Amino acid sequence: MMGGRGVERTTAVVIGAGHAGLAASHFLSARSIDHVVLERGEVANSWRRERWDSLRLLTPNWQNRLPGHCYDGPEPDGYLAVPEVVEFIERFAAVTCAPVRTGTEVTALRLLGDQYQVVTNQGEIRCRTVVIASGACNLPSVPPLRAAVPASIRQLTSFDYSGPADLPEGGVLVVGASATGVQLAAELQRSGRQVTICVGEHVRLPRLYRGRDVLWWMDATGVWDQRHDEVDDLDRARRLPSPQLVGTPERSTLDLNTLTALGVQAVGRWTAVRDGRALFSGGLRNVLALADLKLERLLDSFDAWAEANGRDADADPPERHDPTRAPAPRWQLDLTGGEIRTIVWATGYRPDYRWLDVPVVDDKGRLRHEGGVVDSPGMYALGLPVLRRRRSTFIHGAEDDARAVVDHLAQYLAGHVDSDVSRAA
Amino acid sequence: MTTVTNGVNVQALLDAREVLKGAPEAAQFTWRASSTWERGVHSKTTIENFFGLGQEQHHKSESVFEADHPEIFAAEDNGITPIEYLLVGLAGCLTAGVASVAENRGIQLHSVKAVVEGNHDIRGILGADSDVRNGFNDIKVTFTIDADASRQDIEALVAQSQKRSAVFDALTNPTDVTVEVA
Repeated sequence: MMGGRGVERTTAVVIGAGHAGLAASHFLSARSIDHVVLERGEVANSWRRERWDSLRLLTPNWQNRLPGHCYDGPEPDGYLAVPEVVEFIERFAAVTCAPVRTGTEVTALRLLGDQYQVVTNQGEIRCRTVVIASGACNLPSVPPLRAAVPASIRQLTSFDYSGPADLPEGGVLVVGASATGVQLAAELQRSGRQVTICVGEHVRLPRLYRGRDVLWWMDATGVWDQRHDEVDDLDRARRLPSPQLVGTPERSTLDLNTLTALGVQAVGRWTAVRDGRALFSGGLRNVLALADLKLERLLDSFDAWAEANGRDADADPPERHDPTRAPAPRWQLDLTGGEIRTIVWATGYRPDYRWLDVPVVDDKGRLRHEGGVVDSPGMYALGLPVLRRRRSTFIHGAEDDARAVVDHLAQYLAGHVDSDVSRAA
Repeated sequence: MTTVTNGVNVQALLDAREVLKGAPEAAQFTWRASSTWERGVHSKTTIENFFGLGQEQHHKSESVFEADHPEIFAAEDNGITPIEYLLVGLAGCLTAGVASVAENRGIQLHSVKAVVEGNHDIRGILGADSDVRNGFNDIKVTFTIDADASRQDIEALVAQSQKRSAVFDALTNPTDVTVEVA
């Protein structure tokens, strides 16, 4: 065997010690597969460094679980705040004795023959298999429009934002109406700033439906179980913005009607800057209608499930929500007039694969994989949206995904799978 | 799914989508119109060829469109007003979308009617008030659809049609327009 001094060898390298990487480690340990978990910072690093102060998980506590590790606190219907998420993941790392190496950043990953060479700031590791669990939200995704914004306006992404005190006084333009966008818009409006929110396609959800968390309904009716190869338009499902939800002790709904009632002004998707003016789409009404129709269809499916499964009695009566109120049309805003002092880009995130020197990333910067089996023998992915099922997007999706991916990895090590990408069952 | 006969070859569209996913260059189309001034504010525009799928393409026959202004604008009314052509485009595009989406969703259509109204303050084009824009203030489309589907499904058809409409996008979002003298 080739290999210079100081090159360490192991069977599997897991990149990232978040919930997904640690779940992989749990199943690797269970199969006695020799491995290390490389972590650029500390366990649950993104949660520690890259999230705003008021953020809580969108999933209720009872739903948060990792292999053999459940929420056991006093508020099963509450939502973990960021420090509690960190603690939850840290505790899992400790209980499973995961072989985590913190402060170890992967700078390159190459394929050398039938082995992977993992280059880190702490030296080099050779391995036969790699599990990429470095997260789906490494970098903020900001459209090129940002370059056309006058210098007098401060621009932030949700990565730079910790709370309203970070912003100057004055009006704020929040771009994007996913969970991030609506949460920051509400918080900033409540801080006394006039907020305008740019709304493209979005997912409207009530926090509670018929007395239960909307995510309980999605769990019970099998929405989360839908497999990646059963989803109509997988590409769309993976790109879907996070739903307009917030986890608060009051369990309140945060949709566009809530924002309107707070005084936030909604405009259409931001499409261009011309002569110092932001131009917004005139198609806002249709994206509101689409979100309302999809919500109604989802609630219909919940009601049908409750009736078919004899659950009508233990739920409150069916309810329907007011349509989203269309604001007075506005399709332009003078960016030089002082109305807007800050722009907060809540336009999504993307993974960072700049260190990945194996050609498995498509032209849109996404990993090519089939249910977590990456298009390079012995390489796997975890912790990406709708990786294997809709549930994969959430912490509680990691267990089944990690089990299946590690099963496949073990078969690969045993020589039982083709070098072709095979569909993991 | 029951067989519906709205006359849209949805399979061909779905096949084209798959092929063009891997061949973005073939998806680049150029639509063309050529116009000639007749007299007064009357012009004649012909459309016959376009570019797409990597080569020149032709309609089965040439179409001619007369544009003029109505008599109350002191014109001869040899054809519709140019801005009315936008309504023609929007109605045609949204209706095509309704039919395509219905076919794809297995919804049988019996009739699809749309009334398109564009509200227009003409003080803009006359230069009578510099605060008034030249184009439409707003446009309202009202569909009346008879189909074997619930009201909710019909609303979803119309919403999806807007989501995939070229003309709806062109009217609701800014487009970079270059006008030159050859």
